Amino acid sequence: MNAPLAKEEAFLQFLLRMGDNTLILGHRVSEWCGHAPVLEEDIALANTALDMIGQTQMWLGLAAEVHGPGKSADDLAFLRDAWDFRNVLLVEVPNGDFGRTLMRQFLFDAWHSIQLGRLMKSSDERVAAIAEKASKEVAYHLERSADTVVGLGDGTEESHRRMQEALDYLWPYAGEMFQSDDVDAEMVKAGIAPDPASLREEYDVLVSRILNEATLTIPESRFAHKGGRTGAMHTEHLGHLLTQMQWLQRAYPGAKW
Amino acid sequence: MYAQMVKSEATQDDPEQLAAFQARIDAGEKIEPKDWMPEGYRKTLIRQIGQHAHSEIVGQLPEGNWITRAPTLERKAILLAKVQDEAGHGLYLYCAAETLGVSRDEMTEMLLDGRMKYSSIFNYPTLNWADIGAVGWLVDGAAIMNQVPLQRTSFGPYSRAMIRVCKEESFHQRQGYDAIRKMAEGTPEQKKMAQDALNRLWYPSLMMFGPSDKDSVHSAQSMAWKIKMNTNDELRQKFVDQTVPQAEYLGLTVPDPDLKWNEERGHYDYTDPDWSEFFEVIKGNGPCNTDRLAARNKAWDDGAWVRDGLLAHAKKKAGRQHAAE
Repeated sequence: MNAPLAKEEAFLQFLLRMGDNTLILGHRVSEWCGHAPVLEEDIALANTALDMIGQTQMWLGLAAEVHGPGKSADDLAFLRDAWDFRNVLLVEVPNGDFGRTLMRQFLFDAWHSIQLGRLMKSSDERVAAIAEKASKEVAYHLERSADTVVGLGDGTEESHRRMQEALDYLWPYAGEMFQSDDVDAEMVKAGIAPDPASLREEYDVLVSRILNEATLTIPESRFAHKGGRTGAMHTEHLGHLLTQMQWLQRAYPGAKW
Repeated sequence: MYAQMVKSEATQDDPEQLAAFQARIDAGEKIEPKDWMPEGYRKTLIRQIGQHAHSEIVGQLPEGNWITRAPTLERKAILLAKVQDEAGHGLYLYCAAETLGVSRDEMTEMLLDGRMKYSSIFNYPTLNWADIGAVGWLVDGAAIMNQVPLQRTSFGPYSRAMIRVCKEESFHQRQGYDAIRKMAEGTPEQKKMAQDALNRLWYPSLMMFGPSDKDSVHSAQSMAWKIKMNTNDELRQKFVDQTVPQAEYLGLTVPDPDLKWNEERGHYDYTDPDWSEFFEVIKGNGPCNTDRLAARNKAWDDGAWVRDGLLAHAKKKAGRQHAAE
């Protein structure tokens, strides 16, 4: 039996989970810059990445504040190693083709929009304020990713096949978003954040509706990879991502940019 | 200044119509898409606006090269916003060109198979983080030199696109200057990066204005039509005069030992870029030409199934709506 988590420590973990999700997914999406299938998608992908980096600044900014003096959002983003990251595995898997990128975005946006809706009622005003701002952006992300998943799922034979493959690959990563642990229990107790498991039903309804419209089949297995949001075991991909993202800060310690 | 060496088309129209057209331009009137225009005017504009649009698109690549390595969250956000703006510029420039009777897909095909060009500057690499600052400061700075006068160009849609583009470009230039200033004032290593960026990008930036006036064969007709507002050398001089004091303020050295203020002319004397290098880049032999075009071709080819899929879905949806009515 673990010793109960101090509320401050649990709050910090919660903030890292929120901020690391948007940081890592924002990074992944930004890898598309200049390589999208059509100009409108280049713009939309850059816009989505930009929103997520903006949200990261807010979540990790608050995390740094909670962490104590002398830390900044940049320190958290650029100077932690992989085991300190608290994002779900879903957001760190490589982009794959455009279909996988948009399917991953949809599976994340659907959770994100529900989560932010709950966080707007958080007992912590700072959390509620960030959620309120982010939820407007995420409503648009979800609309766009859902439309694209439907368009490509119910498009040509090839686009359908690719979207089904994307879903089959990504589905085992969706479950981690709903796994609850001590950090979540503490957040629920404090009225700061909902129990992740409590979002599952609403998520399933939303995701089933869109994937059904997209003529795609949700895999039967409920198996879920895990280890990202606890930091216990990330994928091999995260280290490479951090190598790139953190390079300048690591190579030139203390420099101001 | 994302259009270089745009060839003016000879025009074989009725002399009276031509004279009336020229009179409208001389009177400062805007030409709109449905107005009569000489075929040469239309073709030259397609080439010029298309080249400008392509430059915005290819220009995403050297900047995108650093998005994943931006050193702070704020810098990453600024760079993402800038690249997004540029893709947006590409979009409304393509729209302006489409009013002249060419589709975006046709122009894209011409970029991808090499029939249309983009600015030579984007065939140079971005090798250290200061390059991102230098691109904003120098490349956007050079672009603005040309685009500010083009807000008064005779073709209405192009003029209106330029008004919007200029607002965002001057913002980018200030952000670029701020990024490189931070480095010029930073650690010795950062200062070295800033100087290295200036060393590599100075002459390619001067090349953006196109060849020297004495070798610029297409200028006269375009200037009469007000689709080119200043000569290449005028704009280049203006750019040098504006940029040298900024470099001095940063404590950086412009890589031109003969650069000096000429009291009599009221301008800086400077060394021309190596024009043989410029013509090699235009021919396809710049450091990045092959990779840039390959990247754009790959994006287009890899994206074919996405475009086809979305189109097929739109048709199905329209068919279902039709059937339901």
